[in-house]
Amino acid sequence: MPARPVLQQADIERALTRIAHEILESNRGSSDLVLLGIPTRGVLLAERLGDILERLEPGSGRVGALDVTMYRDDLRSQPTRSPQPTRIPDGGIDGKTVVLVDDVLYSGRTIRAALDALGAHGRPRAVRLAVLVDRGHRELPIRADFVGKNLPSSSSERVNVRLRETDGEDAVEIDGGAS
Amino acid sequence: MRHLLSTRDLSCDDAIGILDVAEDMADVARRAVPKLPTLQGRTVANLFFEDSTRTRLSFEAAAKRLSADVITFSAKGSSVQKGEGLKDTAQTIAAMGVDAVVLRHGASGAARTLADGGWIDAAVVNAGDGTHEHPTQALLDAYTMRKARHGDASRGRDLEGLRVAIVGDILHSRVARSNLWLLRTLGAEVTLVAPATLLPSGVATWPAVVRHDLDDALADQPDVVMMLRIQSERMHAAFFPNEREYSREWGLDDARFSRLGPDTMVMHPGPMIRGLEISAAAADSARSLVLDQVTNGVSIRMAVLYLVLTGATA
Amino acid sequence: MTVLIQGATLPDGSRADLGIRDGVFVEPGDAAGGRVIDADGLRALPGLVDLHTHLREPGYEQSETVLTGSRAAAAGGFTAVFAMANTSPAQDTAGVVEQVASLGEQHGYVTVRPIGAVTIGLAGERLSEIGAMARSRAAVRVFSDDGKCVHDALLMRRALEYVKTFDGVVAQHAQEPRLTEGAQMNDGALASELGLAGWPAVAEEAIIARDVLLAEAVGARLHVCHVSTAGSVEVVRWAKARGIDVTAEVTPHHLLLTEDAAVGYDARFKVNPPLRRSEDVEALRAALADGTIDIVATDHAPHPVESKETAWAEASFGMVGLESALSVVQTAMVDTGLLDWTGVARVLSAKPAEIGRLAGYDAPFALGAPAHLTLVDPTARRSFGVEDLRGRSVNSPYLGRDLPGRVVATLHRGVPTVLDGEVRPAEDVAQEASRG
Repeated sequence: MPARPVLQQADIERALTRIAHEILESNRGSSDLVLLGIPTRGVLLAERLGDILERLEPGSGRVGALDVTMYRDDLRSQPTRSPQPTRIPDGGIDGKTVVLVDDVLYSGRTIRAALDALGAHGRPRAVRLAVLVDRGHRELPIRADFVGKNLPSSSSERVNVRLRETDGEDAVEIDGGAS
Repeated sequence: MRHLLSTRDLSCDDAIGILDVAEDMADVARRAVPKLPTLQGRTVANLFFEDSTRTRLSFEAAAKRLSADVITFSAKGSSVQKGEGLKDTAQTIAAMGVDAVVLRHGASGAARTLADGGWIDAAVVNAGDGTHEHPTQALLDAYTMRKARHGDASRGRDLEGLRVAIVGDILHSRVARSNLWLLRTLGAEVTLVAPATLLPSGVATWPAVVRHDLDDALADQPDVVMMLRIQSERMHAAFFPNEREYSREWGLDDARFSRLGPDTMVMHPGPMIRGLEISAAAADSARSLVLDQVTNGVSIRMAVLYLVLTGATA
Repeated sequence: MTVLIQGATLPDGSRADLGIRDGVFVEPGDAAGGRVIDADGLRALPGLVDLHTHLREPGYEQSETVLTGSRAAAAGGFTAVFAMANTSPAQDTAGVVEQVASLGEQHGYVTVRPIGAVTIGLAGERLSEIGAMARSRAAVRVFSDDGKCVHDALLMRRALEYVKTFDGVVAQHAQEPRLTEGAQMNDGALASELGLAGWPAVAEEAIIARDVLLAEAVGARLHVCHVSTAGSVEVVRWAKARGIDVTAEVTPHHLLLTEDAAVGYDARFKVNPPLRRSEDVEALRAALADGTIDIVATDHAPHPVESKETAWAEASFGMVGLESALSVVQTAMVDTGLLDWTGVARVLSAKPAEIGRLAGYDAPFALGAPAHLTLVDPTARRSFGVEDLRGRSVNSPYLGRDLPGRVVATLHRGVPTVLDGEVRPAEDVAQEASRG
């Protein structure tokens, strides 16, 4: 069953641009925004969002990375993972609005781990979630505030996100399962 | 990684992997709340048949930083005096429900015997077995050297081209052995400096340059000088005549210290005997990384515990 | 008690029938009407004689007893064993040696000849009652502190001179104690890497060198136990060339195994003297083939499970070897073409009996000679396992290893102790032995 393309490069650019505007709109500006991407592709998306925000409102693109490996709940049932670096921008997160950025929202467990990881670095005023793709099948009461594309999927399918920085091109595909 | 028994069996990728995870663990130490929930609900048993406060505390701190529970068995004044051996003690501790055993034992190979014996079901971390290996010491030493050399850009790097001189009782030193294998795996060059009586037979087959003269070795301008502890008991078995002569020939005294380059790292696994193998000035100087070694020890041990207690085989 | 053995292949390769009656060899024609053993395809060897066994009784019966050790010996094709003196109490008085000899007689599987300690309690200080032991019913002729070395030069000299009076021989365990304090395995690069204290070859060679010169100086016989290094072989060769009356033994394990077995710290391979390098194994095999080393002796050393299932440094030294000896010698010497079966008969039967002054082994299969023999199937191959051990202990280095040869039958003074590859029940053997 060949992979079905869902988003092409232009779709991804438009989605990110829209999300950036939505973030600024809902936050009424950018004064206390901090974007934290979840490695690996979440960080790349956060950086792109940061660039867009910077063009729209200079000084607003504070971007970092939040590694959640140590907070996951599946460490014993999956092969050992290597943690990635965590970078909190200068100014920290106390009292800030943190926007977590990830590529795909699925069970919600990664975001649960991210909320715990965040707690070790400070106390944000609010935490929002921006994802490129929401494919449903939540196992925890977690929802995204900003979504690039809603993609209903069957749990037997795989959603593949490719970004030009790591995979050579921008694309979102879905494959496997009954179409 | 199921067990950590030696550095001899570590591939370059695995070794760098451990050092890189330790970088993250070191970051945790700098936070307001230096704790991770990663090993919550897991129990680590420190099984120390040989006295060692420092290493034991270091492993304890590492386990606690990862929210694991720690139980400690120390041989002094315990049933080991009554003849309870390795197998029996290990099984007793394991019956209390432990996920990992950190073992320090006076017999070389004890960690391998425990890991292969089929007596317990836990992961085994070798905290020093006889004169054989002390892998976490070598890992923290390598981490320290890497950090001093590359600072914040250390991740993913090896020690290619680094020149290390290890000085002292090589014959009886598990630290020397573990360091030798690991440094070579990471691409460093090693020189061993000791009197002939304190070098193991077959050292000529080891991947290191062997010297008896410390001044000659220092004249080569090594990047790292690692001094080993010397035990006075060795004097009584005629390995060297007395402490004074040992110190004169192989001690890092003030004169030799002053001839070191400004970037030469001075290291020591501890505990140090100031005035014997290392002068007070050298031990307390800015070039001495001894306290860094201690700090890094906790990060390395956190990394090791994380790696043996997670993953589908744990 | 009559036994007829049909179609056996003798050591020299010829086929023959062998008749046994009332404990001695008779014409096959005179051995009708009794038990018949079909020995077609089997090699007949004279009963094997082990000059170096530890039976552990009295004192260490949890490891082995005279009974269990005798059964293990019979299973290996032996009909006589010399039992080392490091028991508790030590075999240093007439009373203890008579007790051990008599237990052997009673059980009937093998002839047990106790070895007398050279020094009281093996303490290396004062000579034991060598004369009393020699004149006792045990008729001790071999004296050894094995386990320990008679390291004091004066004491060794006196011992060599004194045993001459009784046509005895001192069997030396050559190990300079000061060079081997805390030693765990062969000294060398591997020991250094494994962090195990080394047992240097020179600690064995230096003692042998001293002892052969002492033997020469006082005109005495000397026997060297378990030679393990190429250097020791050189010393013995030199001594024999000089006309010194020295004999030497090698264990089966030193003909086959090397120090590499220590990697992994499995204490079943921990033994004294230790397993050495492959160069030493080569030298020992060549020496056994050319007669520099006179005999093979097992140094069968049983130990309880708990003293082997532990860290190497805490484990006991020693391996059991009676049941596997012939198979290992076949692997190392016969199958490699270094020794033929006549040679096997010499190194495992005639020569050890001669050194120990044991009668009845100088003319194997001769009419009127005591009927000690073993029948072996050299073509059999099996994975050696715990089920092949007949003693009380299981510390064998060959478990799981493929070995050739199988003992099918053993007869001691005409009494079958092993039939169809199985050791016969103790009551039967004891009864038939007392009748014979």
